[in-house]
Amino acid sequence: MALSDKDRIFTNLYGLHDWRLPAARRRGNWDGTKALIEKGRDWIIEEVKNSGLRGRGGAGFPTGMKWSFMPKQSDGRPHYLVVNADESEPGTCKDRDIIRHDPHTLIEGCLLAGVAMGAHTGYIYIRGEYYNEHLVLQAAIDEAYAAGLIGPNACGSGWDFDLYVHRGAGAYICGEETALIESLEGKKGMPRLKPPFPAAVGLYGCPTTVNNVETIAVVPTILRRGAAWFASFGRPKNSGTKIFCIQGHVNKPCNVEEEMSIPLRELIERHAGGVRGGWDNLLAVIPGGSSTPLIPKEVCDTVLMDFDALREHKTGLGTAGVIVMDKSTDLIKAIARLSHFYKHESCGQCTPCREGMGWVMRMMDRMVEGRAEIEEIDVLEDVTRRIEGHTICALADGGVWPVQGLIRHFRPLMEERIAEYKRRLGSPTPTLPMAAE
Amino acid sequence: MAKVTVDGIEVEVPNGVSVLQACEAAGKEIPRFCYHERLSVAGNCRMCLVEVEKAPKPIASCAYPVADGMKVFTDSEMVRKARRGVMEFLLINHPLDCPICDQGGECDLQDQAMAYGMDHSRYREAKRAVKDKYMGPLIKTIMTRCIQCTRCVRFAAEVAGVPELGATNRGENMEITTYVEKALTSELSGNLIDICPVGALTSRPYAFVSRPWELRKTDSIDVLDATGTNIRVDTRSGEVLRILPRTNDAVNEEWMADRGRFSFDGLKRRRLDRPWVRKDGRLQPASWAEAFGAIAARLKGLPGDRIGAVVGDLVDAEAIVALKDLMTALGSRNLECRTDGAAIDTSRPDFYRFNTTIAGIEEADALLIIGSNPRQEAPVLNARIRKRATAGNFPIGFVGPRGLDLTYAHDWLGEGGATLRALADGSHRFCEVLRAAKRPMLILGRGALARPDGAAVLAAAWQVAAQNGLLKPDWHGFNLLHLFGGQVGALELGFVPPAGGERLMTGLDALWLLGTDGFDAARIPDGTFVIYQGHHGETAAARADVILPGAAYTEKDATWVNTEGRVQRGRLAVYPPGEAREDWKILRAASEFLGKRLPYDDLEGVRARLAEVNPIFANPGHLERRGCTDTSGPAGGFAALSDAPFVLPITNYWQADVISRASETMAECARTYLAPQARIAAE
Amino acid sequence: MSADPSTANEIPQPTHFAFDAESEAAIEKIVKRYPPGKQASAVIPVLYVVQRQMQRQTGIAWVPRVAMDVVAARLNMAPIRVYEVATFYFMFNLKPIGKFHLQVCGTTPCWLRGSDEVFRACKDAAGVHGYGETSADGLFTLSEVECLGACVNAPVLAVDDDYYEDLDYESTVRLIEALKRGERPKPGSVIGRQASAPVGGPLVLTDVPGE
Repeated sequence: MALSDKDRIFTNLYGLHDWRLPAARRRGNWDGTKALIEKGRDWIIEEVKNSGLRGRGGAGFPTGMKWSFMPKQSDGRPHYLVVNADESEPGTCKDRDIIRHDPHTLIEGCLLAGVAMGAHTGYIYIRGEYYNEHLVLQAAIDEAYAAGLIGPNACGSGWDFDLYVHRGAGAYICGEETALIESLEGKKGMPRLKPPFPAAVGLYGCPTTVNNVETIAVVPTILRRGAAWFASFGRPKNSGTKIFCIQGHVNKPCNVEEEMSIPLRELIERHAGGVRGGWDNLLAVIPGGSSTPLIPKEVCDTVLMDFDALREHKTGLGTAGVIVMDKSTDLIKAIARLSHFYKHESCGQCTPCREGMGWVMRMMDRMVEGRAEIEEIDVLEDVTRRIEGHTICALADGGVWPVQGLIRHFRPLMEERIAEYKRRLGSPTPTLPMAAE
Repeated sequence: MAKVTVDGIEVEVPNGVSVLQACEAAGKEIPRFCYHERLSVAGNCRMCLVEVEKAPKPIASCAYPVADGMKVFTDSEMVRKARRGVMEFLLINHPLDCPICDQGGECDLQDQAMAYGMDHSRYREAKRAVKDKYMGPLIKTIMTRCIQCTRCVRFAAEVAGVPELGATNRGENMEITTYVEKALTSELSGNLIDICPVGALTSRPYAFVSRPWELRKTDSIDVLDATGTNIRVDTRSGEVLRILPRTNDAVNEEWMADRGRFSFDGLKRRRLDRPWVRKDGRLQPASWAEAFGAIAARLKGLPGDRIGAVVGDLVDAEAIVALKDLMTALGSRNLECRTDGAAIDTSRPDFYRFNTTIAGIEEADALLIIGSNPRQEAPVLNARIRKRATAGNFPIGFVGPRGLDLTYAHDWLGEGGATLRALADGSHRFCEVLRAAKRPMLILGRGALARPDGAAVLAAAWQVAAQNGLLKPDWHGFNLLHLFGGQVGALELGFVPPAGGERLMTGLDALWLLGTDGFDAARIPDGTFVIYQGHHGETAAARADVILPGAAYTEKDATWVNTEGRVQRGRLAVYPPGEAREDWKILRAASEFLGKRLPYDDLEGVRARLAEVNPIFANPGHLERRGCTDTSGPAGGFAALSDAPFVLPITNYWQADVISRASETMAECARTYLAPQARIAAE
Repeated sequence: MSADPSTANEIPQPTHFAFDAESEAAIEKIVKRYPPGKQASAVIPVLYVVQRQMQRQTGIAWVPRVAMDVVAARLNMAPIRVYEVATFYFMFNLKPIGKFHLQVCGTTPCWLRGSDEVFRACKDAAGVHGYGETSADGLFTLSEVECLGACVNAPVLAVDDDYYEDLDYESTVRLIEALKRGERPKPGSVIGRQASAPVGGPLVLTDVPGE
């Protein structure tokens, strides 16, 4: 059973229609916003909790609970809503569509979220590369101001709400919420130590909540149609609709909003024209953006696309960027390229990530060639374990999981590559005994 | 308070302290590189990871606050694994150049590698090489050794107050740099060498000089400014090879000023290392006996009031008391120590001390600086002001040259006497700020008293203190900031003429100059018999009839008094060069030739005499915090106060004393840091 | 840019920079977005203003060191803090580049769909040998960038601020030839796809209420 168009939140995902305010209103945006605000912050938070909405930026933390961490009363410090539009996880391009084609879902969501967390100011931090997208977003915000939807006495509700767009400048790490806050304060995007958490000490030292674009943008519809409606999609604790980005070796790559917990195979075959060369030509799928470990075909045959089902297979829903790889893929190279990505994007503050990502990348490069010893697969695995869990933020974890996934499921492939190298070129330069380092 | 169990040991620690501090309280040492207790917490090296019960991952103990009931494990398998991992990561790109690294033997990375390093490397890739950076004449950089802990970046921005260092680029390409290849404009830059846990930032003058285990370490006191910084003099074969700060939270915390740290090569240059006697109009080498004989020949029979004595800025208390006793025995009361002409009133010690104390700065809540640039006059004390300023709610008013960078924001009130008068008569707006404060303080620069109306400046400054709540029974907010380590000792020993006596040392038949390096010889009339005793001498020595070679501060067991009035002792680190001797011993020997044998034969004897003259000398290291119950000021009013701007006494920080003027290192700093015009003016 | 200079002294630097009127107007608007005293927040936007002004004035979009000092003074920041920011983020060119900045996404999603071919086409058509190079005619600088966030339209090439999507060797060559002729093809899918909808037209959102 697939989602029907009447239950899709992002009705202009493909930009078939006008993104501007009058058209957005026709599609139902900004309908009765004032009344929603007047129901109060507690009601909003309760609805969001009951909807089962979990953060759409990768970690899947329950949104209503996150909002409830904000102080109920201001101690004099302003509260801030920060929207994470730094969409940079390889395989993820959903927020881009929301911003350029359905910006008013986001802007309305910002206002409602702002009310829920007592914030009169919101910043949307958009990745610098989304230049044209930011122009649309800014124009939509200008429209909303002009229409009195945001700004002083937003929607006539009595709530003042300012919303600004802030461009990043090319740093994946700024998708980490505290790095994003640092960046927004005009510093390098280096994640902060936690505690304190942003809800206590965030932007400019004030209570702050950082949410992903999609998370915020689904809120108005949830509030309008009710928590139960949203919760009716997907399995318990994995509820709602979700934008999937289906790409790689499929016949028709696309973005699509679907029901949570849809079987992976159905998702690919119904919306993306199936795997290139047929389902049996499938080798592996990275199910949730580059940080989630790949799963081989036998898992893909049956797995459901939600948080819990994917976790059972030691991977995750992440951002729902589904990277499909058919049997023509050099899987080792595909993962090695991700190691390049994480090495390039490490901020450099924590030792294990700064030093380890380069090490992993260089080992992976040799694994691509087969220029290694079999035992070095164990070294590689061990190095990833020494990185994982030992850093301030989760970039390092996400950076080594793909490698761990590769070793978990395709170690024979790596061994064969090494054996083949030896057959062709003999043993690689032997590891010389070295002094202790 | 929170109860925390560390490896089964229960400790109670204040809420809000870090897990690392709790571990230390339990006697567990936690390895660290980025953490430094006097800097903000970075939490980036990941070496201090510990296990906390119920936490799925190890936590960075330096950054994690304790919670009541927390159970911490510092030696579990999880912790050992984590630390071994971090150590391996630190080493894969660290060069194997310990044999040629100046940090060798005192390297945190080397030490920790012994505990957590592996006996072989699993790293088969090419190691990273990083271009060395320029940071000035004092800091040598070998940036390939850098482990990106960012202590130096934080020190520069937070303590030194010169945000000129940064970490550019990112990931494994992150580099510590000024980006523009400039010399750091800090008088505290040498501390970067101390806080760098590896051999990335090392001492340029000390490069390839010695290994730490070859050095003899002697505790001493820095006398090149009046802070009284506690130092350690490292020597080998009778030569000072480097000077490092010792920790003393009441004085210098663990910092040290660059001039004190790097001037020591001046101790080997331009020294007076044998006695000289003027014969036939020319100074000629002589024996000690000949020198003393010449003095005795001239002084015998001279009435006491025809003899005078002057002590300079870097003289120890033992020598001062010996000279004073000798002069008294000769019947002279013509004593002076204020060679700069500063109108210091010695009738009460709180007229010339830094009464708030250095540590007390942190308790103050408003500050007025008059005629002083503490950044150049006492860089470490200035760091304490900056520390207080950074904590917030600390208005700072400044009277003196406009536009100085003190490393903290200040409210420029005016440039001189006119502003001080308005403050003293209560009409200045800043008086409100002082009055609103609970613990206001002012710092009066000694340089501001070295002018014709100096006495009026002092009286006016005291008036500001008395009228605006700076003087209370439990708080003394009046402070004089001296410039050199010998200045306060001489005042404490009363090396001044009797009240109302003649101050100028002119028209005498004989003058004993003790360490008066900067003394203007032109002030001495022709015909006056001049004895110069000291270690460098400069122009005053050239005018002398007899030269007695003395010991520099590293070459004697000596007592010093800092600007607070804190008595501290340094120990002999090396012997004086050639025939030079400790100064009190020279005076003791001379006294015999003059037939006025001083009544002490050993150090204990001199020190007993010091305590007799002033009881503060009986209690070295100790300083009583004083309030002020008698707010009556120094003699005279401030009617004579002129409108003249205050002129700062130090225009060339790098060469402000006789030792640094003999130092090649400091000459290089002056060439680097002083703009050409300023350099000419200073020379 | 692939490799930022290690220090500003490694390349010739102009000695002067001042904001022009257009930049001043932009900065005035930017700074207003942040609370009083938090103007450092504007550092990234203002560095963009610098880069754009350099492009306007010299034809080359980059950020010279002296301009960073001007930014620091304007935002009341220590210059080193601006240097740190400018070198941390990837989108500031700290040395001069060509007239067009060809940015090939080489991350796995694009690689799976032929980014190597896009790279090859860029080299052939733009006349450069590899990443980090500028063509002899000064028209093109070729950079490899990380995921541009348009993965369902892979492979992607960004020319300055515009994304060109669903490329292959031939379409990339055509694009670059057009740029050489002074044309600026419409950004987006080069095979006429409707944004992120599947090839051949949307399978969903065909029945949207209100439309």
